[in-house]
Amino acid sequence: MTPNMIEIEKLNLTFGHGPQANHVLRDVSFAVKDGESFGLVGESGSGKTTVLRCLAGQYTHWSGEMRIDGKALEHKLDRARCRHVQMVFQDPYGSLHPRHTVETALTEPMAIHGIGERQERIGSILAKVGLNDSYRFRYPHQLSGGQRQRVAIARALILEPRILLLDEPTSALDVSVQAEILNLLADLRQRDGLTYLLVTHDLGVVAHLCDRVAVMQQGEILETLATSDLAGSSPKNAYTRMLVDASREYSRKQEIPETVLLA
Amino acid sequence: MSEIKLQVEDLRVQFLNDGRITDAVRNVSFNLGQEKLAIVGESGSGKSTVGRSLLRLHPASAKVTAKQMRFGEIDLLGIPEKAMQQIRGQRISMIMQDPKYSLNPVMRVGEQIAEAYLAHHKASKAEAAERVLDMLEKVRIRDPQRVYQLYPHEVSGGMGQRIMIAMMMIPEPEIIIADEPTSALDVSVRQQVLSVLDDLVGQRNLGLIFISHDLNLVRTFCDRVLVMYAGRVVESIAAADLDHAQHPYTRGLLAALPSIDHRRDRLPVLQRDPAWLTA
Ligand SMILES: Nc1ncnc2c1ncn2[C@@H]1O[C@H](COP(=O)(O)OP(=O)(O)OP(=O)(O)O)[C@@H](O)[C@H]1O
Ligand SMILES: Nc1ncnc2c1ncn2[C@@H]1O[C@H](COP(=O)(O)OP(=O)(O)OP(=O)(O)O)[C@@H](O)[C@H]1O
Ligand SMILES: [Mg+2]
Ligand SMILES: [Mg+2]
Repeated sequence: MTPNMIEIEKLNLTFGHGPQANHVLRDVSFAVKDGESFGLVGESGSGKTTVLRCLAGQYTHWSGEMRIDGKALEHKLDRARCRHVQMVFQDPYGSLHPRHTVETALTEPMAIHGIGERQERIGSILAKVGLNDSYRFRYPHQLSGGQRQRVAIARALILEPRILLLDEPTSALDVSVQAEILNLLADLRQRDGLTYLLVTHDLGVVAHLCDRVAVMQQGEILETLATSDLAGSSPKNAYTRMLVDASREYSRKQEIPETVLLA
Repeated sequence: MSEIKLQVEDLRVQFLNDGRITDAVRNVSFNLGQEKLAIVGESGSGKSTVGRSLLRLHPASAKVTAKQMRFGEIDLLGIPEKAMQQIRGQRISMIMQDPKYSLNPVMRVGEQIAEAYLAHHKASKAEAAERVLDMLEKVRIRDPQRVYQLYPHEVSGGMGQRIMIAMMMIPEPEIIIADEPTSALDVSVRQQVLSVLDDLVGQRNLGLIFISHDLNLVRTFCDRVLVMYAGRVVESIAAADLDHAQHPYTRGLLAALPSIDHRRDRLPVLQRDPAWLTA
């Protein structure tokens, strides 16, 4: 049996104290196999990004257990996790330094981890995300939204991590570029055995890239199912079924029952 | 068709950086009435640039020209900056693609929306706060009282987008340019937010420019679609007819959509034809 690459057990996280306290993750548990691609979908504000940030070591006040490749995670970030676990952020503007060119943004992580042949690597990674060499010297504000997102993906891939935490990696991309990025991610997984944890609200993307998916609402995982069961009648949970129906098309008449939304 | 609110003829935008010219927008023409007009197209095709040039939101490196760019009787190209400031936000507002970047990082989000309201309405602070809480509820923020007090880095991606939408709707503008306004929303919340926008168009006689790459959404939500490729409009089509689009680029876009019902090993990628640049 394939071992687990990511294991999360009873992860809890609260922001703020006393009456202001907001308990955003409630006993979140799931496991992702080595080389698997696992999706996380669910309501806006349900805690998806927060789960990824805990894994990436950005929040340290969580409780529960997290293991990567069998090793329990400390609350402090170590250098190896830094390199092997890379995250592509939901908001590419926030993750790129405004006064760094694309080239600087890509060189920096390689310099930190002492990786050579930097020029060649930059050229090849940019080509992979569909940007030619003329983009090397651009600043973030001189790129379109989708171009910035692709630079963020290139930056995560350049360290050749084993785990990619992808937060809405293609939500800023049009479908043609999205198709290229999704194919690239599928190829990398096949070639290098990468493990993906992918947050998205696009069920089509989840179905395409992931084997299994967990559905979140208000800090809890409602159910975990095979993506092949999404389209069928198997989703047990009413919220999951509603997501599937709603994703098929936007229609004003199809009112969503209040009970499902506030469940 | 309804009264024309916005007339754009032959819009061109060039960026100059270190002697290099980027032709971001070329010969774009369209009219906007009381309707939902979508602009779709490849990443980098110039969609956001079109939106920004209507409100003169470009850096100094941009050169914007047009035969005509009118908002009712107002010549958007010719008016002084001061007049533009009175249009911006109040009569035409733009929901930016990167919500967190557009919000003030050191101010509570509720106060920012209240400020947008007070800039154009005579009201007390308490009344403004009341309006803001109403608006946050409308865009389906779960706990408006709590979220009012948060700073931009404390809200989720989709909450940030809805905060921007609330902020742009609250001054009751005549035209809203929405740049990927719902890309970070899950489908259920997205439907609610779209209904709010839809109501504005219907009841308040609003014109909406809806920039998106989500063809499924545009197909059902919008009235008309402009398809952009490399800075040009290559096709203008009724949203309901999108399935019968003619241009090979538009057809390629439709084919590249992943779907939960028809799974494929690989997604077809677009074979870009140099002829599309001139045709
Ligand atoms: N630094 C913070 N301080 C306080 N609250 C926070 C902070 N970061 C996130 N939160 C809260 O945690 C909750 C979950 O946020 P998170 O970003 O994980 O949601 P999400 O599922 O990724 O949503 P979306 O799909 O909208 O991006 C939200 O209510 C948010 O306001
Ligand atoms: N300040 C700038 N300097 C130079 N080039 C720029 C600048 N701003 C935008 N561009 C370029 O203009 C082109 C159009 O950009 P725009 O942001 O309008 O694209 P878009 O259609 O909105 O794409 P996306 O869907 O990725 O957001 C892109 O190739 C972009 O790199
Ligand atoms: Mg998020
Ligand atoms: Mg854009």
